[in-house]
This record gives sequence, C-alpha cells and structure tokens, in this order.
Amino acid sequence: MARRRQAYDGVVLAAPVTIPYQRFSTDTAHWWIARALSECLRTAGIRPADLDGFSVSSFSLFPDTAVGLTQHLGLSPRWLDHIPMGGASGIAAVRRAARAVQAGDVDVVACVAGDTNHVDSFRRMLSSFSRFAQDASYPYGAGGPNACFALLTDHYMQAFGATKEDFGRISVAQRDNALRNPHAVMKSPLTMEQYLSARMISDPIALFDCVMPVAGSEAFLVMREEDARAAGLTHAHIRSTIERHNAFPEDPIQMRGGWAMDIDELYAMADARPDDIDLLQTYDDYPVISMMQFEDLGFCAKGEGPQFVRSKDLTIGGDFPHNTSGGQLSAGQAGAAGGYIGLVEAIRQVAGAAGPTQVEGARTAMVSGFGMINFDRGVCSNAAIISGAGE
Amino acid sequence: MTRPIAPPPRKNPQKRTRVPTLPSGLRSRAALGLAAAAAEGRFMLQGCEACGALQYPPRDACSTCLSIGLKWRDVKPAGALIAETTVRISTNVYFRERTPWRIGTVKLDAGPSVMAHVHGDVARGARVVLVNRLDKSGQGVFFALPMDGSADMADDPQLRELTADPKFRRILVTDARNENSVALAKAFADAGATSIFVGEPEGWRPYPHRAALAAVSNVAIVPLDVTDTRSVCELAGEIGGKTDILVNNSRFMRPGGIMDRGDTVFARDEFETNVLGLMRLAQAFGPAMSGRGADGVNSAVAWVNILSVYAYANMPAYGVFSASNAAALSLSHCLRAEMAPGGVRVMNVYTGPTEDEWHQPLPPPKVAPSALAKSVIAGLKDGLEDVYVGDVAKDLIDRWRQGPKVLEREMMAQAGEG
Repeated sequence: MARRRQAYDGVVLAAPVTIPYQRFSTDTAHWWIARALSECLRTAGIRPADLDGFSVSSFSLFPDTAVGLTQHLGLSPRWLDHIPMGGASGIAAVRRAARAVQAGDVDVVACVAGDTNHVDSFRRMLSSFSRFAQDASYPYGAGGPNACFALLTDHYMQAFGATKEDFGRISVAQRDNALRNPHAVMKSPLTMEQYLSARMISDPIALFDCVMPVAGSEAFLVMREEDARAAGLTHAHIRSTIERHNAFPEDPIQMRGGWAMDIDELYAMADARPDDIDLLQTYDDYPVISMMQFEDLGFCAKGEGPQFVRSKDLTIGGDFPHNTSGGQLSAGQAGAAGGYIGLVEAIRQVAGAAGPTQVEGARTAMVSGFGMINFDRGVCSNAAIISGAGE
Repeated sequence: MTRPIAPPPRKNPQKRTRVPTLPSGLRSRAALGLAAAAAEGRFMLQGCEACGALQYPPRDACSTCLSIGLKWRDVKPAGALIAETTVRISTNVYFRERTPWRIGTVKLDAGPSVMAHVHGDVARGARVVLVNRLDKSGQGVFFALPMDGSADMADDPQLRELTADPKFRRILVTDARNENSVALAKAFADAGATSIFVGEPEGWRPYPHRAALAAVSNVAIVPLDVTDTRSVCELAGEIGGKTDILVNNSRFMRPGGIMDRGDTVFARDEFETNVLGLMRLAQAFGPAMSGRGADGVNSAVAWVNILSVYAYANMPAYGVFSASNAAALSLSHCLRAEMAPGGVRVMNVYTGPTEDEWHQPLPPPKVAPSALAKSVIAGLKDGLEDVYVGDVAKDLIDRWRQGPKVLEREMMAQAGEG
C-alpha cells in the first residue's frame, strides 16, 4: 500500500429506510424514490428544500437522471450524484458522499436507490442492458443474467468441486432469515429438498438460485456525526471501504471479483480481522457470487467456499450471520436498490435497530457490492466495514 | 449424438403456420463486423494494429493500448469449452419457442473468451472449432462444433437454425435452358432436397440438355418465364407455398458495351431478365417465403441470386450485361432487407466468366457449371450471404476491396486486350 488513506472520521451513515417491496408496481421509479427520500428526511427532520446533497441510483428512471429528479421532487441541492453501478451503488454512494461531507462541500447527502418493476420492464431492460450484453451475450439464448451466472457457476463447480447443495445452503439460510423480515417478498420456508428439486432455469441455475425482480426503494443519509447525534438518529461509522472495476480482465471466466485485489487494504484501514466481523452482507444475485465473496473477502481461501458453507451456520442465530434480511434471494431484487439492501440492513444491525432480524450483539458488519454484468462477468465491486456508534 | 432429422410430414393446410420470430438483432456498429465476416463464412476477431492484441467483444478502441487502429483479422477458430449451460427460460420469444438451448464459454487458443451457441455433440469441457454464422436476425454469432465433426452434425436443431441446408427442402431453380441447370439440379438432389422444380421458358423450343435434366432424381420441369408476369404468378400460385429455396438462375447476356451496339434492344432483354425478372420472382414468391421462415424442418430459408462478379466493376466488353447485374446486385440488397423479418436469407453467388457459348472467346480460367453448383450448395450449408466462385471472381473482389477506382482503370485496360 502506498500512502495511508484518510479515515472517515466525523462522518456517519444515518436514518436507514427500506420501503417494502412489491412484486409488480404500476408506479414509477420516481414514485418509489420519492417515498424512500420522504421517509428518510422525515426521520431526520429535514425539509426537502433544505436538503443540500442528493445521490441517486436507478435503472428505470429513463429519460430522467438525478438532474430531472431535483426538479421533480422539489430539491435544491448543492451536491448531486447519479451512480450507475447497479449492485455496487450503495457503497459507491457512501464513498463519494462521505468524502464530500468531510470536506465540507455538503452537510447532508440523502442516498437513495429505487426502481419500479412493470410486467414487461425486466425483459426490456435485458435486451439493451449494456453494449457488450447487447452484442455478445443477449444473442445467445437471451437467458439474461441467469445464463451468464449459470456459466460462472458451472465453471466454479468444475474448478472447485462445489455441489448444488453447497449453493443451496446459502439460499436456504437466507430464506430462514427472510421469514423474520416482515417485508420480504418470499414468505414460505424453503427446505434443502425443495431447493434441490426446483425447476431448472439455466443449468445448473435453478429457481431458488435466482432473485425475484421487484419494485422497491432503500435510502440512508450521510452526514456529520455531531448532526446525527443532535438529531438523535440511528447511525453507524464507516471504518474502511474499497472499490475496484474491471478487475482481472485476463481471467478467461470470472472466478474472483475485484475484492481480491484490495482486501488487505479493507482490513488494514479498519484495523480489523475477519474474526472481528459480526455479520456479513454480500451481494447475492446468485449464490455462487456470495460464495466467491466469502473467499475474496478473506473468510476462507479461494476454492474453499464450499467447505466454508458446510462448516458454518449462515442464519441470524448462527456462527456466521449472512444477509440477515433475507438478501435479494428472498427479500427480492428491487433494481438498483439491490445495491443498497445489504448496506441499509447493516446500518440497522450495527446500530442495534434491526428489530426482528437483529443479530445479537452485532457491532461490526462487512458489506460488499457487486454490479453490472456488462458482458460475461460483474464489473464493479466494492466493500465496506461499518461499526455501531459505541465501537 | 445428433439424431438425424426425419422427413417432415405433409403439411396440414388447416393448421396455422408458425409466424417467424427472431433473436435480437440489435448490435453496435463495431459488432456488425461479425456479420460482415459471417456473410462470407469467415471466423474473424478485432485486432489492434498498434500492439497486435486480439479482443472480443468488438470495441471502438484497443483494450490493451487504447489505439483506435482496429482491424478484423482471420483467427484460428480452435478453443476449449470451459463452461456451459442449457437455457430453459428465455425472455426472447424466438428462444422461448426453441428451448432448451445450449450455450457455453469458449476460451480461444488465440486468447479471448467468447460466448457461443454449442452443438449437441460437443462433450463437456471438450476442444471445439468455432464458426461464425448468421443467425435468423442476420447477425453474426459464434457456434461451437465438435473438433472432429460428428455423424449427422448438420442436423443439430440449433445449427440448422443458422444454415440453409437443402436437406428435406423444396427447391425452385429458374431457367432450365441455362447450361448450368443440370449441374444445379444434380447438386440439390445429392444434398437431399425433397423436390427440385426447374422453371422452363419457351418450352416449345428444344435445347440439348433437357433429357439430362429430366433424368435427375426429384426433378420436375415446370413452365416459367421470368420476363412474363403472368407466367411467374401462375407458378407461384402452384408451388409458392412450398418453395423453401429459390435459385434465381435466369440470365440474358450478349457481348458488347454501349457503342458496340446500334440500339437498346439487347439492353432491354438484359434488364428484363436480369433485373425485372428478379423483381417479378420476388413479388410473386417473396411474401409466401418470408411468411414461412419458421415453418418447421422444411421452412423457407434462402433466396439465391447467381450474379456476374462484374456487378461490382463494369467489364466493358460485356458492358451492358455488367450494368444489368449491378442493378440486380442493388436490388438484392433491397430484397434482403424485405426478407429479413421472415428470417429468410438472400445469398448472392458471384461468378466470373462461365463455361458457355456467350463467354466462348474469353481466355481461362472460367467457371464450370459443376463448380458453380458446388459453391451454391456449400454456401447454403454454411448460411452465407456472399459467395465468390472461381479465381476471377475472388481476384476481382479482392481488387474491389482494395480500391474501386484503381479497379476501374484495370477493367479499362482489359477492354483494350479484347
């Protein structure tokens, strides 16, 4: 590591908000974002016109961006950001907003991600998701991300001897967690037998390896610690972050994410070790990616993911609580809000405000983001370690 | 192993014909290079002229050195299937109708990894040969074949979607009087065509090879004069709904340019047959064919024009004939665009001087009817759009690509040689 990075002292994540997801919605992304923002500002006692920082992530805002939203929602911010990193949007928003608050460019940044889900919007989005997807993956069976991740999963299974059951452990544990989350879209228990006998979608990806596209939104505030304390807001400290894009382009197929490049820095900046992490929120669009994150985030070595999940209990009450709200696999994937779900839950967890999904004694959480299947692999990756107010 | 396809049953006319649907044809401009290569059956990737790196997917700059000097390069198409999946749920209607659909990731020996359609006879993790083929949307896609081929390889249902294989299909070849009609009919019979209709103009006038043509198996000689709208419409009324491959083999040619001729009589005949003949055929047969682009094993699949390569550059000794072929070439692009929604491809076969009486004074090399027929079949089996037959045609297209103006001067010099 070259120069020591400046700590995120004096800036916190506050007022975590989740607007309950719906399978389909006739409303727009604007509507969903407005609801999360409104809830967030109401909690903090800030009038919309007084908000000076705004960061947005959404896939279904077209033709608008964050710019159009300012006028649409009556905001006059002096700091504005639009982050198109899908599943990596939440941590990217934190990284940018926290530095701006630290530098005094802005006092409070409301970070919001939200998307709607119309009956046909997912199909429409897939065909032109990115130029490489349009040119080089969608023409091959049009299976969308299911097919791309099926290829990664197939390769991972061959390379490291992972079985369907290993991935099932991740999905089944998350469903168990989701049953405690009243807002999760999936409400019935999932057994390993049901997981293993589910219908194939794109071999070896079956029904319970896939997320359910939904409508929904998530939000939180990035602000000075003193302001959060004065307002009596639930909040968390940022101890370290990393971010990397298009890592390891020479790998013939994705076996690792950008975390593997920067993980030592993540722990060093937080002065923490894997043992210090009380709960982990990975980006879980498919179980194989969560398994890669267990490896790349330093909880086990590359290729040991299958053994790791066999030896750990991933539920809220277990020895390695993972995706405690049910994650996207069981709570639903609300577009870009899928890049926020783990972070917002982690803020609640380390602040002791997670309610029914609370991990007992949780003080420190790791959150990781992963975004954008541009062609054959996810391009954006990032991670953060956050801790509760007393830590 | 691929199960050989069975001869399709007789069609029940009361049943609905399946409407053609297409895979997504949206592509960036750079990615259209794949279609250009597939049109000739070439396997090419984008290479950097500055650092030599090969890359995929196609880009607008080199992902190794940021140079914008990118050129498509023929690449050794060998690689290994490092991952695979069978898509069972697709968001695209075309694939929904055809699932399960096998795809995979192929690591090329040349470097890049690509996503490809995968043949049913490729074993898990096997070595493969990649081909670049046009799919039903007309765009180039990669297809992984078994390294050493396999029995009935062409019958793989996914591969057959990318080809215009004559097996079990019904063919119409125009102009029985053309000296190459026997070779074409024989080649289609050998390729497994179910029936081969050969259109005969002016049936009352004898010609030497009629008996040989009639003797080819599955051939039916039918009246057809492409200069006569009523004749074309009558035949389309009879067999338009069961014409799967149409070979427009009609040609009227006379030597001579503009001032060699005292009038426009032969010019009219040349345009009447070579240009308006194509148009009459397309108006009569095109709609039914493009409506039958997804009609099962013997769906309508291809339209073939046999053109003179001098469509690209005028050969003054056959100046007006060249001009009529240039018009036909242009018209074929219009036809290709109109047939595209049906997934029916238009293949142009460009030939240099052929072995026949009208090219008698020209020196060799000339294209023999059997060579022409072989190229037509091979082109259909590979699903091509542009086929250049013989050394003269290949040489001319190379020169044309290097510079049409220089080629024009070269053609003038040829005129001087007579």
